Amino acid sequence: MKPEDKILVIEANRTGLLYLRDFWNYRELFFTLAWRDIVVRYKQTIVGILWTILRPLATMIVFTVVFGKIAKLPSDAGVPYVLMVFGGMLPWQFISSTITTGSDALVGNHALISKVYFPRMIIPTARIIMALVELLINAVLFGILFAFYRYVPSWHIVFLPLFLFLAVLLALGVTYFISSLNVKYRDFQYVVPFIVQFGLYISPIGFSSSVVPEKWRLIYALNPVVGIVDGIRWCLFNSPLLPETVISAAVISVLFFLFGIWFFRKLESEFADFI
Amino acid sequence: MNDIAVKVENLGKKYVIGHQSRSDTARFNEYLSSVGRSIIRRLKNPLNPYDVSLELEDFWAVRNVSFELKKGDRLGIIGHNGSGKSTTLKMLSRITTPTEGRITMAGRLASLLEVGTGFHPELTGRENIYLNGSILGMTRSEIRAKFDEIVDFSGVEKFLDTPVKRYSSGMYVRLAFAVAAHLNPEILVVDEVLSVGDAEFQKKCIGKMQDISSDNGKTVLFVSHNMNAILSLCSKGIVLDRGQVLYYGDIREAVKRYIESRRKSPNASLENRPKPDWVDGRVRFTKCAMKNSGGTEVYSVSVGETAIFECEADCMEEMNGEVLIIIDIYNSCNCHVAALNTRNLGYVSHLRKGKNIIRFTVPKIPFYPDQFSLDLYAEYYGSAMDFAKDALSFQTNPGAFHSSGRINEPYRSIFAVDYSVSTE
Repeated sequence: MKPEDKILVIEANRTGLLYLRDFWNYRELFFTLAWRDIVVRYKQTIVGILWTILRPLATMIVFTVVFGKIAKLPSDAGVPYVLMVFGGMLPWQFISSTITTGSDALVGNHALISKVYFPRMIIPTARIIMALVELLINAVLFGILFAFYRYVPSWHIVFLPLFLFLAVLLALGVTYFISSLNVKYRDFQYVVPFIVQFGLYISPIGFSSSVVPEKWRLIYALNPVVGIVDGIRWCLFNSPLLPETVISAAVISVLFFLFGIWFFRKLESEFADFI
Repeated sequence: MNDIAVKVENLGKKYVIGHQSRSDTARFNEYLSSVGRSIIRRLKNPLNPYDVSLELEDFWAVRNVSFELKKGDRLGIIGHNGSGKSTTLKMLSRITTPTEGRITMAGRLASLLEVGTGFHPELTGRENIYLNGSILGMTRSEIRAKFDEIVDFSGVEKFLDTPVKRYSSGMYVRLAFAVAAHLNPEILVVDEVLSVGDAEFQKKCIGKMQDISSDNGKTVLFVSHNMNAILSLCSKGIVLDRGQVLYYGDIREAVKRYIESRRKSPNASLENRPKPDWVDGRVRFTKCAMKNSGGTEVYSVSVGETAIFECEADCMEEMNGEVLIIIDIYNSCNCHVAALNTRNLGYVSHLRKGKNIIRFTVPKIPFYPDQFSLDLYAEYYGSAMDFAKDALSFQTNPGAFHSSGRINEPYRSIFAVDYSVSTE
């Protein structure tokens, strides 16, 4: 395309379609930013990328000891407690680290936002790449654990990408919402650690959903992480899975994703003025 | 729209600003009640981003700005701080959206609003070239193709694999500018880059920018307080004042208008200014100008150049003997940096009735780059005859004071001093 053909009109209101095209045009920047975030994260650290493994590993050990050994909660049928906890840890780690790093992404890149144009959504979205890399590394560790316990996952594993996709939607939706709010009201940077800590206990990470009493199941399923984690455990261990929880997780994740985008777009034009 | 590169129509940007409502909060109980009021207002309106004790008001940072640039035009945007220059550039480079109006652009626009945008201190020079390049809109293959050129231009090849947080500020700026200068946009926006780096590097930058804009028919929008840089780089100028266009057209005229608008009393009105009541008015300054060694009127000089301050005075009667004329020079911090007078030189001026011209020649201006204003004063045997506050404003630019051509950078001091060094 010749430069003469690229006529750009800037007016007060722009449509979403143009935005989508812009996002595509800036895809290289997206990957560059993701690369930068990953590289910078482990600069000047001794064990570097090992941190990615240490965190879920330590949490897993604590949860196995506290819930499995001390509280003596039952595992899903025939599944080593360690594996069950790790199956919950992985999606949770992915969602929470996307939200944690993504929600201060805009504020952390204020120099860029106030100086250069690009679709702002690139910044928080790029953070999911970092979480995906973490997830991948942990998945390898998970594979080693499977081999150690000589456990063969069920054939349901083919549905795993579906639940991971829901996790991506949910994480991005929440990230868009919080990161854009954070630009205007810095309060939200204090809310995120709270959400993450709270979420760890109201989601079936250290325990199996089967320990939750029947009558509370519906309210419990309003937390979309429940459906995602249960789904992933169903994929790996053929654990029992209630259709309601999956439907609720799917609906809430998609809604959150759409709402996040809508909200972000609404605030985006003011970012440079407030940041 | 064939040869038009940028078309701006009635551009406007509105901000909502808050300011303290007019209540006297000097006394403590009143202060408490105002705090109480604001808590109540905050509860009523929990998601208001502003301090609710503030009253909101619309503020137009830029309004009704229109201009049109053909391909290859170089526009200098001039104005005081807060005149709307940066807001205009921000809208052009899409950082903020306009409240009203419309911008049409043909081709890619890249902005150098601040060099080093997106540089990450932890990353090495090499990594930052890639990062910065793609932030400024280059593709990876473009960066790879120009990588050697960028490194050459910056002159930091030895430190390419050192994190930039260990760079000196000069190296940092050079690398940042090098990346930006090798962008290949059709429209280039440059804001204040030239206020950094040493004189030699600045010259290189101006040269590079002239190359960029003249060789490839690129359109350049340039914002700087350095009038010399603007004059040497731009063909058109737009002067902004409080968000409005004061002048749009030829760059020489634009610079002149801008310098004149800087004075509290414009050039011609030295004659119309009110006479201070403590002077007797037997002499009246009517004009003050700065000229270069060639005798042309200038508004800025480079450090080390010759400056001639020329003032015109109307005399009511002939005066023989010691007429004292003083030029007081103040810098932008309002520090009294120099006083030139007729007495120190032992010069006895004889003023004739009518028009007199008094010339002070400074062979080597020693002031580091800054804005200066100048007061005129005349006295005859102890009685004050005239005083003109801010009779002239001028600025000094980076230049070669010493024969080596180098000066201190950044300008930590006010003066360049002539000296020699010897070792034993």
